[in-house]
Amino acid sequence: MKNSQSNVNHDPLLQVKGLETAFSIEGKDHNAVDGVSFNVEKGKIVGIVGESGCGKSVMSLSVMNLLPKGIGKIRNGEVLFEGRNLEGLDDKEMNKIRGKDISMIFQEPMTSLNPVFTIGYQLEEVLHNHFKLSKKEAREKVVQLLSAVGISRADRIVDEYPHQLSGGMRQRVMIAMAIACQPKLLIADEPTTALDVTVQAQILELLQDIQKKNDMAIIFITHDLGVVSETCDEVIVMYAGRIVERTDVQRLFHSPKHPYTELLMGAIPRLEEQKDMLATIDGIVPSLTKMPEVGCRFANRCPKAMKECTTVTPKLAKNEEGHEVACLLYESSRPEEEVLR
Amino acid sequence: MSITELNKAQTEKLLEVNDLKMHFPVKGGFFKRTIGAVKAVDGVSFDIKKGETLGLVGESGCGKSTTGRSILRLLDPTDGEVLFNGEDITKLTGKRLRDIRQDIQMVFQDPYASLNPMQMVGDIVSEPIKNYHKNRKGEELKAEVMDLLTRVGLPEDAYYKYAHEFSGGQRQRIGIARALALKPKLIIADEPVSALDVSVQSQVLNLLNELQDEFDLTYLFIAHDLSVVKHMSDRIGVMYLGNIMEVANKSSIYAEPLHPYTQALISAVPDASKIGQKRERIVLEGDVPSPENPPSGCPFHTRCPKAMDECSKTKPQLKEVKPGQHVACLLYE
Repeated sequence: MKNSQSNVNHDPLLQVKGLETAFSIEGKDHNAVDGVSFNVEKGKIVGIVGESGCGKSVMSLSVMNLLPKGIGKIRNGEVLFEGRNLEGLDDKEMNKIRGKDISMIFQEPMTSLNPVFTIGYQLEEVLHNHFKLSKKEAREKVVQLLSAVGISRADRIVDEYPHQLSGGMRQRVMIAMAIACQPKLLIADEPTTALDVTVQAQILELLQDIQKKNDMAIIFITHDLGVVSETCDEVIVMYAGRIVERTDVQRLFHSPKHPYTELLMGAIPRLEEQKDMLATIDGIVPSLTKMPEVGCRFANRCPKAMKECTTVTPKLAKNEEGHEVACLLYESSRPEEEVLR
Repeated sequence: MSITELNKAQTEKLLEVNDLKMHFPVKGGFFKRTIGAVKAVDGVSFDIKKGETLGLVGESGCGKSTTGRSILRLLDPTDGEVLFNGEDITKLTGKRLRDIRQDIQMVFQDPYASLNPMQMVGDIVSEPIKNYHKNRKGEELKAEVMDLLTRVGLPEDAYYKYAHEFSGGQRQRIGIARALALKPKLIIADEPVSALDVSVQSQVLNLLNELQDEFDLTYLFIAHDLSVVKHMSDRIGVMYLGNIMEVANKSSIYAEPLHPYTQALISAVPDASKIGQKRERIVLEGDVPSPENPPSGCPFHTRCPKAMDECSKTKPQLKEVKPGQHVACLLYE
């Protein structure tokens, strides 16, 4: 992977191909992620949006190989990082990649830190796992990292415990931990959901700064379309374990194609405009055991659903502008045999 | 002001809160003596007119929920008065307090924790009615409750189900039906949609708006999400560290926020309608100070980008700077 930047035919940083992740419920496997494919290019921020239960987090756990053992497993498909297949790597090899090349920040800054160890200890642990450093060097590096994420009393915070910090500060510590080894890819799973808006603004600014400085790619998982519009380059909309739409951020917000995306956007109140009624989507995301076998999974909630939507499964396909959508309203989404008929 | 004028002014205002304070004692030491106080609400004043929705917005820990709870006397305020139809709730006891609570009901944030898992939905919703109207029972009561359930968009057979059988949005509807059961005049909605997904959130917001017209309700709408508060409210109060920094009707507060905190708060909201435009975001430094030891003078001066020397000395009072727009900031003295 020593391609120079001028090389046009470089591999994407991360390739997910036909990923299917299943959970076993009462002896039967049910796909929480069902045939998801996408690429993440170097230095890009890719947003993944959708309601709870859409498989956003399961997908990221699959990439990191962090699925709960014995319950969830990858059934099909592959995850390539810099061209190397992460499937089938044992824990030892995976641990060399986790934290160093790919790292992750979670939604809950309260529960992701160990309450009985100091901040410094937990950060040093990451460094010791991947580099040979003396105690003194490690501590210096930790103080550096903490100042880099905007913590003002870094030399004192290292000796404090997580409960002594506020939510925003803890999320900063999590970010410091995630970027400690300058990863090429950061998976941020709802990193600002538990935070107040002014703190959210600080954290988003920080993430964008670090991203530019380190030329790092970010997969940004969130349900907040506002956050997506301000941070991401590209957006993937997921519904019930499948990608329903994928395009760059400008195009998605100016001309959403999938009815689900349209409704999602109509449902959020906005500061700039006053709507009398907000768009609503009837019903809820079907649970794993009740997923329809064929057809579009959104069909039973879709106001534009046609008869065939429950019998023909739409495929994700590009239109002329490079806007990918999986909906039978668009010719490109019809499976081939349908077109022939 | 003559007495008749005074009465008239008060009938227009359904709720008037004057200098409300809620201090929680901090105990410590060997004898568990009071060694300090968390000033969760520290002198809040506002009023709500009949049929109006007042939004209270602010970050976590700013005292907005405590304000809501003190109005209902779920917490006993330390100081100040809460006038409901001209009657001071803080001084009421016994039967009169019980009676007035019929008129003020609450919708809670967590639809999972605020419904009794051991009760049928029908029992949850009819409990307030049974509590206040002993003569209403049997089929008549059941019909009334079923009517309420259908009104909030639940099927009639929800009556016989338990809360765990419903999704978050449906549970919030049960909570709303319970709040409506006594035909209240004022509903205090404390973060009613923050636990819900966007598509469900919009259903509940639409429902609250419809019910307001139908039942002639007045809302105190408490939330941290500015876009949601703007969508719901006629006027908005911005709180910070137990104080109201600015109150105005929603169009002026968003078009021209006057208080530096309001400005920062609004600029921090990620907004999808501004896509592609680079905009200047005011990013505040640091965290909200502890309400146990709030800064002297203006509570916001430690983080305010426009702070002056005197801000740490003088606490600004809420003043009408423009018609209908009240601001507590020394910049506008």
